[in-house]
Amino acid sequence: MSDTVIEVDHLTKKFGKFTAVDHVSFDVKRGEIFGFLGANGAGKSTTIRMLCGLLASTEGTARVGGFDINKEPEKVKENIGYMSQKFSLYEDLTVEENINFYGRVYGLSNHLLKERKEWALEIANLRGRERSITGTLPGGWKQRLALGCAVLHRPKTVFLDEPTSGVDPVMRRKFWELINDLSAEGVTVLVTTHFLEEAEYCNDIILINAGKIIAGGSPKELKSNYIKTPILEVQCANVIDAMSLIEKQPWALETSVFGTHLHVSVENEEAARGHIQQLSMQNGLDVTHVEKIIPSLEDVFIYLLDQEAKKN
Amino acid sequence: MFQQLLPIIKKEFRHIRRDKRVLAILTFVPAGLLILNGYALNYDVNHIKLGVYDQEKSERSREFVNSFLTSGYFDYAESLTSSAQATTMIDDAKIRAALVIPPDFSNKILSNEPVDVQILVDGMDANAATTIIGYAQVVTLEYSQKIVLNELAKMGRGNYIPIQYDARIWYNPELKSAKFLVPGLIGFILAITAIIATSLSIVKEKELNTMEQIDVSPIRPINLIIGKMVPYALISLVAATLVLVAGYFLFGVVIKGNYFYLFCATLLFIIAGLSIGLLVSTIADTQQVAFQLAALLSMLPTIILSGFMFPIRSMPWWLQILTNISPAKFYLVILRSIVLKGVGLSAFWDQIVYLMIFISVVLLISVRRFKKTIG
Repeated sequence: MSDTVIEVDHLTKKFGKFTAVDHVSFDVKRGEIFGFLGANGAGKSTTIRMLCGLLASTEGTARVGGFDINKEPEKVKENIGYMSQKFSLYEDLTVEENINFYGRVYGLSNHLLKERKEWALEIANLRGRERSITGTLPGGWKQRLALGCAVLHRPKTVFLDEPTSGVDPVMRRKFWELINDLSAEGVTVLVTTHFLEEAEYCNDIILINAGKIIAGGSPKELKSNYIKTPILEVQCANVIDAMSLIEKQPWALETSVFGTHLHVSVENEEAARGHIQQLSMQNGLDVTHVEKIIPSLEDVFIYLLDQEAKKN
Repeated sequence: MFQQLLPIIKKEFRHIRRDKRVLAILTFVPAGLLILNGYALNYDVNHIKLGVYDQEKSERSREFVNSFLTSGYFDYAESLTSSAQATTMIDDAKIRAALVIPPDFSNKILSNEPVDVQILVDGMDANAATTIIGYAQVVTLEYSQKIVLNELAKMGRGNYIPIQYDARIWYNPELKSAKFLVPGLIGFILAITAIIATSLSIVKEKELNTMEQIDVSPIRPINLIIGKMVPYALISLVAATLVLVAGYFLFGVVIKGNYFYLFCATLLFIIAGLSIGLLVSTIADTQQVAFQLAALLSMLPTIILSGFMFPIRSMPWWLQILTNISPAKFYLVILRSIVLKGVGLSAFWDQIVYLMIFISVVLLISVRRFKKTIG
């Protein structure tokens, strides 16, 4: 038996003349946490909907857990867990009633349901709140309950669509611990997110733009493979003015604002340091600090998206 | 297959139980509607306020007036002093009819001459006016007959009347409109609750996004549909029973026919309503739209096209064809047959067939659409 759980082969979805997903191919291995990144409308949700057996593809195929998404969507559904970005459990039912409903729907026996319920309550940290009406729980708790319900039937693959949107940072961290636990148990997790620091937790990432994959690999690979040029972090009093000036210089390849800093990718580190000092003196930019940094995923994605924009 | 059905039905009952409004709407509003409509929708004409302008004031004229009052339809309201006063009183709605007796009333009768008595009727409500004129005619004819019989008796001909007219009205001998209306109201009320409740319960899942989780689960659409329908069918049956009980106690509507047939026909009609509700849920995306559409689709055809208020036989042919979009049309025939006539299956089996055809068509369309909208 192969170790590949999700095989996507030139998957394409067209809505009329609009191509939402354009010949996307990738593989996900057992137990991997696979990050699916892209802007809103890039085609993430459409891809996930196809992989969950909700939408048939226009072209290409995909197999999830060994089942073809177009030929056996029911089999696919039985073997996956899914958690949507918008809370989709019943707010007017209690925590326990929601768990019971989904447990029964997936055909769990009494004995198994009891066991899995205990486990779900444990991971969602909702023990003692079984009888609370779900709608009264805080957002982060709801998301954990949703995850608990999504994996009640022990699916081998879990799809999480923006699971942490609207969740505070502390809860988000705990949520990722949960995802790591699942992965350690051998569950394959495909997760979409737009928090780039979350992408760092993934084993593998693909970046999708306008329906096409524009980059893929582990976070480490992405950082070293795509950006070959050094990046300087420039700290100065007025970043906006500094950016508009530096942007125009021939030695500055990419410039972007990161809070109170500027990230400038350059061809030659030493030469650029000199240029920056010179500019600072001439224009009163008040540069306090220049440092070479290891690019973050955010740098990589901004770089890649810029490249894409230039192509068109 | 059934392992999915039970949890869905259970869950649906929980939703209903948590939402007290829905429960109230489904059970008590129907009986309440019956009470309101039963009393308000009254076609019966009696206790007609009668003004009397008696220009003769003789023993005979008083006897004639009395024959009106003892008929049971007219109440003595006012003694009038002029024709003009009769007009004003009718204008002010103080009386609904005025009887004008000429000053030579007795004299003309004694001299075997025809007498003209006048009855002025408020024609604002045309149906009621026709009924009042009918009553007045009967009373007058009976009084004339009495005079003729007296004359014949004097001539030694005894009590001979050539043709005896003996009308018997079957199924609703007192011609009470409540008896005719109650079955219609049951159809009306069940249509509203079944259509609105199902469409809302499905559209609510779309609107609150809970349908997405259902979509990715292995729940089969058909199980979801049945699971949604069963609770509302059961509750609608309870509502139908409450309406019938209220109809019995308040309006004396006794079910003459077979309870089993009544149950089956009602269940069929409820299923027809649920199918329309399902169809609505495949069209509407928000509960607000669903409610409006369901209300429109349940009320208009049931009121106008089912024969509940307007007889289908007197409609133009194209409208008669259109009446088939209202399942209440078939159900009302069955219901009136069972409740009022107490007749057996042979009298309405064709309506059952029509109802089944209706259900099959609507269900086929809506299940198809439903499967398309969810996965």
